[in-house]
Amino acid sequence: MAKITYVEHTGERHVIDVKSGLSVMEGAVKNNVPGIDADCGGACACATCHVYVDEAWRDKTGTPSAMEESMLDFAENVEPNSRLSCQIKVTDALEGLVVTMPESQH
Amino acid sequence: MNQAGPGVVIVGAGHAGGTAAALLRQYGYAGKVTLIGDEPIAPYQRPPLSKAWLKGEADADSLMLKPESFYAGAGIDLILDAEVTAIRRSERTVSLKDGRTLAYDMLILATGARARALAIAGSDLAGVLSLRSAADAENLKAALAGGKRLAVIGGGYIGLEAAASARALGCEVVVIEREPHILARVAKEPLASFLAGYHRARGVAFEVGAIVEAFEGAAGHVTGVRLAGGRVIGCDVVLVGIGLVRNDSLAQDCGLECVNGIVVDEHARTADPHVLAIGDVTHRPMPLYDRMFWLESVANALEQAKQAASLIAGRPAPAHEVTWNWSDQYDLKLQFAGLPFDADEVLVRGDPAQARFAVFHLRGDRIQAVEAVNAAAEFMAGRQLIGQRRPIVRARLADSAVSMKEVAA
Repeated sequence: MAKITYVEHTGERHVIDVKSGLSVMEGAVKNNVPGIDADCGGACACATCHVYVDEAWRDKTGTPSAMEESMLDFAENVEPNSRLSCQIKVTDALEGLVVTMPESQH
Repeated sequence: MNQAGPGVVIVGAGHAGGTAAALLRQYGYAGKVTLIGDEPIAPYQRPPLSKAWLKGEADADSLMLKPESFYAGAGIDLILDAEVTAIRRSERTVSLKDGRTLAYDMLILATGARARALAIAGSDLAGVLSLRSAADAENLKAALAGGKRLAVIGGGYIGLEAAASARALGCEVVVIEREPHILARVAKEPLASFLAGYHRARGVAFEVGAIVEAFEGAAGHVTGVRLAGGRVIGCDVVLVGIGLVRNDSLAQDCGLECVNGIVVDEHARTADPHVLAIGDVTHRPMPLYDRMFWLESVANALEQAKQAASLIAGRPAPAHEVTWNWSDQYDLKLQFAGLPFDADEVLVRGDPAQARFAVFHLRGDRIQAVEAVNAAAEFMAGRQLIGQRRPIVRARLADSAVSMKEVAA
């Protein structure tokens, strides 16, 4: 379980307890947090679950796979701390994680 | 839209219907929204049913598009396990099997499709299954438990995904395909041969150019598939994956134009200004390809749901999207963008032997479609280039040393 803060583009914050084993994306979708579309449902096939990971958390969330990097390469408004949230697995170690959603996923 | 009026009625609570309901609220539509589905489950995703879910790697909860609590919270009246039996367009009402009549200002038909059945002897034997719904997937998973012998009728994506999942479950698998090669309807060479080879190397047997004549059984349960010519392929479970039949009879019965699906324009409109149709059930324009077609994908469900919700909520029409799809088989991530209409050349980038390559279908120097295998950059860049109709330089596209960013520049 990890308490994750999802910050909307507007600054509005949603603090959610997400079960370990779910992805950061699923934590948002299951709790009606707006800003993550997840068109492909977590199959790493669409790049619409894009989030910016807070600097303090970049190490703990790990490095993206080659496939995720390729997807991100062509997503919109990508920054060095961009990740596809369907590829970040929640563990206890992510307690306190903060991610920010882009203005639009498309 | 009158907040006090009957509002929007959506018939079909699948991926398209469920998304349309959610988008109406997201776009600020304040009128009544009623979402009616004939399954006992709130809107869910079907793609995992042949993949992670079949392998036991995902639970029912993970399939839901939104948690069930979402609908009441959003003021969406979700009516499950309910069948709409008729539409009266002149009165703007729909009738339900349980006797209720609901009025609408706007009607969205999202009735989807059902698995096509093989009308041959033995098709009603226990163990002859199809895969469309969560209930079907439950039956299939239970039937495959213990490493049974699975015969898949149809070498399309559903069949191939189920074959890969069944192999992971320790089942013996044979795929029986009517055409000379698999994926005849949706893909071409070299992808078809590559996939057949990949499956064969993982223990899947193929019978191509094979016509299924009957299912044989004992004590009411299937025991084999008999091919034309008499040969019988023994099995414990059959999955019939030969395509779908669109649920357009409600539309036909109320006089809406149907061509193996409900005819709509690029705003999801039928000829009736109060009736829209979205998702698998539609026959729709493909602006990039200058033709009408039938799409069967999550991407299409989402695009048309956006079209319908935008129209009703008074938002500008969304931009045309390039159709896309994906398939997960073994450790392969297949991603597709566009459709290979009017292509005059096939260009392969990458190395099929390394299972990392993309097949581009070109028309002159423009990409019409891309089929990517473990090649996400080719998929993403290809999709953009297809939509922009931007010409490419063949030599650069074919050269893996030139990045897709550079190709697309």
